[in-house]
Amino acid sequence: MKKALVSIAFGLTASLFATGASAQATLASVKQKGFLTCGSNTGLAGFGQPDAQGNWTGLDVDLCRAIAAAIFDDPTKVRFIPLAAKDRFTALQSGEVDVLSRNSTMTMSRDTQLGLDFPAINYYDGQGFMVRKKLGVSSAKELNGASICTQQGTTTELNLADYFRANNMKYEVVAFATSDETFKAYDAGRCDAFTTDASGLYSERLRASAPDDHIVLPEIISKEPLGPAVRHGDNQWGDIVRWTHMAMLNAEELGVTKANVEQMKNSDNPEIKRLLGTEGKFGEATGLTNDWAVRIIKHVGNYGEVFEKNVGEGSRLKIKRGQNALWTKGGLQYGIPVR
Amino acid sequence: MQTIASQTSPPKKSFLYDPKVRGIFYQVVLVAAIVFLFYVAATNAIENLQRAKIASGFGFLSNTAGFDISQTLVQFSAAGGSYGDAFLVGLLNTLIVSAIGIVFTTILGFLIGIARLSRNWMVAKVAMVYVEVLRNIPLLVQLLFWYIAVLGALPQPRNSLEMGAGFYLNSRGLFMARPIYASDAWVLIAVLAVGLVGTFVYRRWARKQQEQTGRQYPVGKVTLALVLGLPVLTWVLLALAGANPVSFELPRKGTFNLTGGMQILPEFVALLLGLVTYTAAFIAEVVRAGILAVSKGQTEAASSLGLTPGQTLRLVVIPQAMRVIIPPLTSQYLNLTKNSSLAVAIGYPDLVQVFMGTVLNQTGQAIEVVVITMGVYLTISLVTSFVMNIYNRRVAIVER
Repeated sequence: MKKALVSIAFGLTASLFATGASAQATLASVKQKGFLTCGSNTGLAGFGQPDAQGNWTGLDVDLCRAIAAAIFDDPTKVRFIPLAAKDRFTALQSGEVDVLSRNSTMTMSRDTQLGLDFPAINYYDGQGFMVRKKLGVSSAKELNGASICTQQGTTTELNLADYFRANNMKYEVVAFATSDETFKAYDAGRCDAFTTDASGLYSERLRASAPDDHIVLPEIISKEPLGPAVRHGDNQWGDIVRWTHMAMLNAEELGVTKANVEQMKNSDNPEIKRLLGTEGKFGEATGLTNDWAVRIIKHVGNYGEVFEKNVGEGSRLKIKRGQNALWTKGGLQYGIPVR
Repeated sequence: MQTIASQTSPPKKSFLYDPKVRGIFYQVVLVAAIVFLFYVAATNAIENLQRAKIASGFGFLSNTAGFDISQTLVQFSAAGGSYGDAFLVGLLNTLIVSAIGIVFTTILGFLIGIARLSRNWMVAKVAMVYVEVLRNIPLLVQLLFWYIAVLGALPQPRNSLEMGAGFYLNSRGLFMARPIYASDAWVLIAVLAVGLVGTFVYRRWARKQQEQTGRQYPVGKVTLALVLGLPVLTWVLLALAGANPVSFELPRKGTFNLTGGMQILPEFVALLLGLVTYTAAFIAEVVRAGILAVSKGQTEAASSLGLTPGQTLRLVVIPQAMRVIIPPLTSQYLNLTKNSSLAVAIGYPDLVQVFMGTVLNQTGQAIEVVVITMGVYLTISLVTSFVMNIYNRRVAIVER
C-alpha cells in the first residue's frame, strides 16, 4: 500500500517534469504519431467546416492538409480538432493540437504573451457588421443604441468596444462562447447587428434562415491578419508552417498548379527548380524532403487555386481576392523567395 | 545502539517501536511528501510557462480589459475597467442569479413537495408529473429550451408587448420604469425602517401574549400595514403636500430598442427560470421525504387538538420535518449555485463566462484564471454550507 502510494507520488512528479519537453520537436512527434492534429474552426463555411460525411474543407483546412502533404506525402493524414474561439489558444499551448489554423488574428500580445508564434498570414481580413435590411441602417455609424451579438474571446470583441467608444456611441454587447451560438442568437432576433471578420460575415450569412434579408455594412473597422499559429520555441516547426504557405504563394506566382506540377519539374526556370526541389536542398534544411513543395501543390494546389475553390468564385461565398491577391496584382500576399 | 537500549531497559521500549511516535512520523512524512509534490508542481509549471514564453503571475488583473459586458451590477466600461473589475462583475452576476434562484426555488420546491402529498388527486398528480419531467431532463437542455424556444419567441422590439404600468416585453428582455429618487426620498426610507422595527417589536409582543394568555393577535395584517401601508401613506401625504420624492423614468421607443428605464436581460431570465424550475423538482422530493418522516401520530394529535389542516402543517409537521429537510436542501442550494455556470451556454455573463471565457482567452493565463475560479466556487459553497449548518443546528431537535 505504502509502496503504491510512493510510486503514485513519483509517477505524478515525473509526469509534471515531463511536460517541459513538449515545446520542442513537434515535427518528430507528428512523424511518430503518423498524423497531424490541426485545431480548426467549429464550422465556418469556406475556412473550416466539416460536411455531412465528416470531410473537412476550407482555406484554413487546406493549409493543414498542405502541411500534412509536405510531411507525409498524404493530405489525409490530418486529424481536425474543432475549437471554439475561447478554447483555441489553450488547446495549442497545452499541446492538444500541433498547429492552430482557425482564422485567428495575429496580434502583438498573442505573439508575445500567449507563448505563440504566427509564422504566416494566409488571409488578410477586417471586422465588419451585418444587419437586417428592414432596419434601414446603411452605415455602422448609425448603430448607436443597437444590441450586437459577438463571439467572446476574440479580437472582434475588443475592436467592437474600441469602435463604439471612439465614435461616442452606445451599444449592448451579447457575447456567446461559440460562433454557432452567436449567429443563431442574431438570426433569432436577439441582436440588431452581428459582428465578426468580413469573411466570416459572408460565410455566416449563408446559414441565415433568409440570407437575402441581411446586408453587410460597408465599414471595415479593424485590421485582422489571420494566420496559422504554433507554439513559441519550436522554430523548426514554425519554419515548416511558414514555408508551406510560402510554397503555395510562390507556386501561384510562378504559374505552378495542381495540374501542371509534374511537367513543371522539367522547367528551366531556376526559381521553379528551387521551389520544386530539382535544384538545391531547401526541403531537407527544414527537416522535410526536397520535393516538399511538389507534394503540397500536387495534393492541395497553389494559394490561388485553394482560394478560388474555398472562398472565391468557385465557392458559394464569392469573395474577391482584394487584399489577398498576389503582390504582383495589387494585393498583400507576397511569397518570400526560396533560395 | 538501539538494540542495547531495548535490552538494558525492557519496560522502556525504544521510541522507534512506540506506535504513537511512529504514527506521528508517518503523518509528518506524508504531509512533507504532499507539500513537496505541490511545490514541484508549482515550480515546474512556472518554469514551463517561462520556457514557453507564456506570461504568468496575477499582475494581469490590473490590466485594462478592453471589452464590454452586457449585465453589470457595478460600474464597468471597456475603457476604464480592468480584468480584476471584470472578475468582480462576473462574480456579482453569479451571486445575484444564485441568490434570487435559491429564494424562488425554495418557495416553488416547498409548494410542489407539499402538493405532492395533497389529498386532492389532481393536485398530487400534477406535482408528481412536474417532478418526474423536470428532474429527468438535463439542465442544459432545459436552459436552451427556455432561452431559445420560450424567450426567443417573444416579439421584436418594434412590436414590444405593452403590459401596462410601464412594463414592456420583447426579445431583448423585460423593460420597466426606473425609480429616480429625489433629495427628500430619505423620508420614505426612514418611514420604511420605522415600519420594519415596529413590525419586529409587535410580533415579539404578540407572540409573548399568545404564550402567556393564549390570545391571538392579527400578525399578518399588522405587518402588511406597517411595512407597506405606512410608506405608501407617507408618500401620498408628501405628494399632496407638493413634494415628489420618487419619480419614474419610463422606457421609450428608440431607434433599435426601448431606451431608458430598467432592463432585465433574457439571458438572466432564462437562466433563472431554468435553475429555479429544475432545482425545485429536487427540493420538492426533499420536502416530501421530510414531511413523510414526521410520524402520523403527530398529525392526528394536532387534529385532535382542533388545529386546522393548514395549521397542522405549518405549526406541527413542517417544523419537525425541517431537521430532515435542511441537510439535503443545503446540497440543492450548492447544486444551484454551481449549475449557474451553465450560463455560458446561453450568453449570460456569469463568472465562468466572463472570467474563464473572455479574460482567460485575452490574457492566455489559463492556470491563474482557473485556480481563481475554482477558489471562488469553493468559497461560495463553503459559506453557503456554513450558514445552512448554523440554521440546521437551530432547528435540530435538542436531545435531553
